[in-house]
Amino acid sequence: MVRRKLVLSFPENIVTSPITYKLVKEFNLEFNILRAEITPDMEGKMLIELRGDKVLIDDAIKYLTDTGISVQEAAKDIIISKDKCIDCGVCTSICITQALTLDSSNFKLKFNKDKCILCELCLDCCPVSAIKVHI
Amino acid sequence: MSKTIEEINEKIRNGKVVVLNAEEIIDYAEKKGVKRTAKEVDVVTTATFGPMCSSGAFLNFGHSDPPIKMTRILLNDVPAYAGIAAVDAYIGATELSETEGLSYGGAYVIEDLISGKPVKLRATSHGTDCYPRREIETYITIDTINQAYFFNPRNAYQNYAAATNSSNRTIYTYMGKLLPNLGNVTYCSAGQLSPLLNDPYYRTIGIGTRIFLAGGQGYVSWYGTQHNPGRERLPNGTPFGTAGTLAVIGNLKEMSPEYLRACTFQGYGVSIFIGIGIPIPVIDEEMVEFLKIKDEDIYTEIFDYSVQRRNRPSYGRVNYRELRSGKIRVKGKSVQTGSISSYSKALEISNVLKKEIKQCKFYLTNYVAPLPAEEKYNTLDILSKEEL
Repeated sequence: MVRRKLVLSFPENIVTSPITYKLVKEFNLEFNILRAEITPDMEGKMLIELRGDKVLIDDAIKYLTDTGISVQEAAKDIIISKDKCIDCGVCTSICITQALTLDSSNFKLKFNKDKCILCELCLDCCPVSAIKVHI
Repeated sequence: MSKTIEEINEKIRNGKVVVLNAEEIIDYAEKKGVKRTAKEVDVVTTATFGPMCSSGAFLNFGHSDPPIKMTRILLNDVPAYAGIAAVDAYIGATELSETEGLSYGGAYVIEDLISGKPVKLRATSHGTDCYPRREIETYITIDTINQAYFFNPRNAYQNYAAATNSSNRTIYTYMGKLLPNLGNVTYCSAGQLSPLLNDPYYRTIGIGTRIFLAGGQGYVSWYGTQHNPGRERLPNGTPFGTAGTLAVIGNLKEMSPEYLRACTFQGYGVSIFIGIGIPIPVIDEEMVEFLKIKDEDIYTEIFDYSVQRRNRPSYGRVNYRELRSGKIRVKGKSVQTGSISSYSKALEISNVLKKEIKQCKFYLTNYVAPLPAEEKYNTLDILSKEEL
C-alpha cells in the first residue's frame, strides 16, 4: 500500500469524462481529492492523493496519461519572494484557481495558499523569478 | 486662465504647489469640476513601470596602462557594442549572455552595476601604435568607471496591445506565457497613470522634458523609435494602439534597483523593467480634460499572438478597467487577464515624484522642441535594389 500526491491537468475536451470513477472501479484505488478546479469546456486541474497497490497506481497513471491527462508529482509548496516580486500580476492570468490575485485596494500580489493546487503553471511565467517551488 | 511652467516652479519654490497623482486627479476633477481643478491643481504626476526592451546604457571605462582600443567587449560574458572610440561601449538591455543564454543579459549587467556589484570586463583589440594593448580582463563597478548613462531609444509606449493565444499549445512571448485556447490575456500599460495617455497630444511632454528615470532625474532626449502619433484615437485623445514613444536619457549612477529590474520572459529572452515618472503641468482647463481620464476611458485591442505574422488577427477592443478586473470575455469565453506592467509600482513612482516636487527636489521644464505630431510608420519589406 503506497500513497502518492499528484496534480492532474485535464484538457478541455476530457473534463467531462468520469476519470475518478474509473480509478476506483478498474484500479481499486482509494483517492482523496484535495483541491480541484474543473469547469466544463475549460482546462481543469486536480490535486489528488492516491492510495493503493504500487503497481496499480503506476497502471492508473498510465491509463490517465493515455487518456490525455497530464500527470505530475505534486510539489509541497509554492513560495513567492516578496523581495523579488514587483506586483505586476502577470501570474494572476495563469493561475487557474485564482490563488494568485491582485488586491483591488493596493494592486499588490496576494497569494491564497488554500486555493493553490500546486499545478506549477505560474513557475515559468514570472519575469523576475519571484515564484519558486519547494519540493 | 492658464499657468506657465515658470509660475508653477515659483509655487514649488514657495512651498505652495498643489500636486496630485494621475489617479487622484480623477476624483478631484469629478468633484470640483474642470474649471476649479485647473485653477487649484498645479501638477499631476504620471508614471509607469513596465518592461522596456529598447533600452541600454553608454559606459566609459577609463583608460588602462598601457591603453587599449577595445574592439570586442564582454561584460559578465554579455557582448557590449564597442564600435565607438577606444573605451566607450553601449550595453543593450536585451543582449544575451554568451554563456548563460536566456537567463542573463544586458539588463542584468545594468542592474548589477546600479546595485554596486562588481562586473567582469573582458576586451580584445587589434592593437595600434597609440593603443598597444591587445587584451584586458578586469573588474569594474559603477564607481570605478567614468560616465554611465541610460540612452533608451524607445520607452514609455503611449499604449500597448493586449495578447492572447488561440492555438492549441502554450506559447512564450514578450507578452508573457500565453495558455492555449484563449487561456489567458496579458496586457501592458499603466492605463490612467501612464504618462503619454495623460498628455495624448504631447502638449507638455516634449524633447528636453525632465523626468523621473529609475530613481534618478533624466530627460526626454528625442521622440522614441517607432513613434507613431497618427494612430486611431478616441475623442478623449487616447490612441487604441501603441502610438507615441519616448527616447530617454539619464545618469545610471543616480538610479536605484528599486525602480529598475532585469527580467527574463521564458522562451523569449531578457528585458528590463524601468520606472518612469513624468510630471504634467496643469497649464489650462484643456489639460484637465486630458488628465482626468480613467481606465474605463482607455481602450486597447486584443491580438492573437499565435499568428506569427506582422499583422495579427484582433479579438476586438477592451478598456483597462475591464482588463484590470481580472476577467474579460473573448469570443464568448470568460478569460483571466494579467498585467505585465506593475500598476502598484507605477503608483509608488507617481507618489515619489509628487513628494520630490513638494520638497523642491524636482522642478518642471518647458520642452525645447515638441514631439512630432505626424510621423511615418514604415515596415521592412524584402526588396531588391531595383524594387526600392
